[in-house]
Amino acid sequence: MPESYVPKEAIGHGDGGTAALAIGEAESLERRPSAAPPSAGPPGAPVGKPRSLWSDAWHDLRRNPVFVLSALVIVFLVVIAIWPQLIATGNPYRADLAKAQQGSQPGHPFGFDTQGRDVYTRVVYGARASITVGVCATTGAALLGSLLGGLAGFFGGWGDTLLSRLADIFFGIPVILGGLVFLSVVTSTTVWPVVGFIVLLGWPQVSRIARGSVVTAKQNDYVQAARALGAGNGRLLLRHIAPNAVAPVIVVATIALGTYIALEATLSYLGAGLKPPTVSWGIDISTASTYIRSAPHMLLWPAGALSITVLAFIMLGDAVRDALDPKLR
Amino acid sequence: MTNDGRNGEGGGTALLDVRDLKVEFRTRDGVAHAVNGVSYRVAPGETLAVLGESGSGKSVTAQAVMGILDSPPGRVTGGQVLFHGRDLLTLRREERRRIRGAKMAMIFQDALSALNPVLSVGAQLAEMFKVHEGTSRKEARGRAVELMERVGIPAARQRVGDYPHQFSGGMRQRIMIAMALALGPDLIIADEPTTALDVTVQAQVMDLLAELQRELTMGLILITHDLGVVADVADTIAVMYAGRIVETAPVHALYRVPAHPYTRGLLESIPRLDHKGRRLHAIKGLPPSLTAIPPGCPFHPRCPLAQDVCRTDPPPLYEAGPGRASACHFWKETLDGAR
Repeated sequence: MPESYVPKEAIGHGDGGTAALAIGEAESLERRPSAAPPSAGPPGAPVGKPRSLWSDAWHDLRRNPVFVLSALVIVFLVVIAIWPQLIATGNPYRADLAKAQQGSQPGHPFGFDTQGRDVYTRVVYGARASITVGVCATTGAALLGSLLGGLAGFFGGWGDTLLSRLADIFFGIPVILGGLVFLSVVTSTTVWPVVGFIVLLGWPQVSRIARGSVVTAKQNDYVQAARALGAGNGRLLLRHIAPNAVAPVIVVATIALGTYIALEATLSYLGAGLKPPTVSWGIDISTASTYIRSAPHMLLWPAGALSITVLAFIMLGDAVRDALDPKLR
Repeated sequence: MTNDGRNGEGGGTALLDVRDLKVEFRTRDGVAHAVNGVSYRVAPGETLAVLGESGSGKSVTAQAVMGILDSPPGRVTGGQVLFHGRDLLTLRREERRRIRGAKMAMIFQDALSALNPVLSVGAQLAEMFKVHEGTSRKEARGRAVELMERVGIPAARQRVGDYPHQFSGGMRQRIMIAMALALGPDLIIADEPTTALDVTVQAQVMDLLAELQRELTMGLILITHDLGVVADVADTIAVMYAGRIVETAPVHALYRVPAHPYTRGLLESIPRLDHKGRRLHAIKGLPPSLTAIPPGCPFHPRCPLAQDVCRTDPPPLYEAGPGRASACHFWKETLDGAR
């Protein structure tokens, strides 16, 4: 950062021997209209390159092994969630009771579950439900939360008070109990009720963060300045406040994604989340837990997949937070 | 209308005519009376310097004129702000917004924090044209470069895509000035435009501002606590204390003989070469809290001339000579005492 405070001109004119450049001298160089032609920075020189928060963050992230590793895992997970056939040729529903609970064997590296279905195929197909729920719930919660929180923070007043209390109410609902109550009355076997429930409970967390960072960004002089130069509310919010307030929201959302996936599995394990025939790690863990002594492989593989997925998203969130908020390091 | 008449009906030449403006802030400690009946006028091409300590209400007055008070907690509770003869305080919000930036613009103290860090300076300059004139992106960018050249930024075409932190303090303040000037406003309010700059750069920026003002015959309100900055560029000075104007005068008359004890205290607290070695004068005490302004003359607890009348009767603005006024019961004595 400090090197960016050196005026370009000063660097272009440092004539070798006398390295020290008085501040006043640098300023007087600026004053001369012909001084400091663009030759000051050769193309590609680091000084002249515009560096915003985002390009700085990207610069940091690419060099962070935690980020690279977790991003690779996530890309892999997303690919197999979309095209599971790429690495699993079998049918996740095909049951051969004769092979029930059998361990690893050629062609079936993870063995078979209680109903004789191939565990490997089911683990691969299970990624789809987890990723869908995680991504959709996070997107929904982030959009709803930052919209409501952002507007509340910007306009303040009674709407802000109302929203904050509403968020407190949703915050107070115990997640597991709420899930059992709400989702047990749902008969749909799609992922959408689960996504909806997580969005409903997840938005207050985002809205608190978004409200806080909008309130902070709103007090910046440049917002006041833009207002003094005639910018309306919409422009202030979208162009001046949002880009300066979005970083914390992104960080919370990335970390939340991992916990939402874990939450889906927990709810499915308890029988309130996803329902068969949807293939889900949570359901398979639930079924397998009865046989943990006799056939532990049925539990370990989906549980391992779940752990790796959640870990990857949380590590990604951590890396993004480090990059966007260097103060926390 | 209950105009106090002291500004006279001096004809319709005033560009900005602030009359008896009052602003309050609701705080946890009670209501803070930040501005208590301020009146001033600015003619086209005139420079009015508003002088005062921190908390004297000089910036709040400017924010109320611009219509950018933080409300809540701030609130205009009385007065008029006539701009080209129209009372801005009665305009609808959207009408006021269109005036801001186009007809009256503001320059802030610290350009680094007054420029958006995530937008290039070119984008921020171009925004002025896009917001107010609906200019196309490309044309707006071209005009942004012209503006940057106009305020003396070298290699403007190469630097138009740079971000605020890549410029030096002086250059950033020039960009602020360029933004304020973009649409050729009639009035500019500069809130301590040079306070955050190095001394050498201060003079350059002030010169640029004065030059552009002459060229475009704009009215300029210069808010400052720096008596040195004022002397060179201002036509008229208004000295503020505790949310009131305590003295207005043409700049040279005020420097020669102040007509208010507070102004005299300010002038005496400037270090002077011919007083070298002597102890520097200071005004004793502190400015009053705005939630508990003393009754009578707000300056009486710190005033060397204070009498019983000062503790009970708030002084009106007395006519104290050609073009000058003083809010002191003893303005005559002050003038004589200084002579």
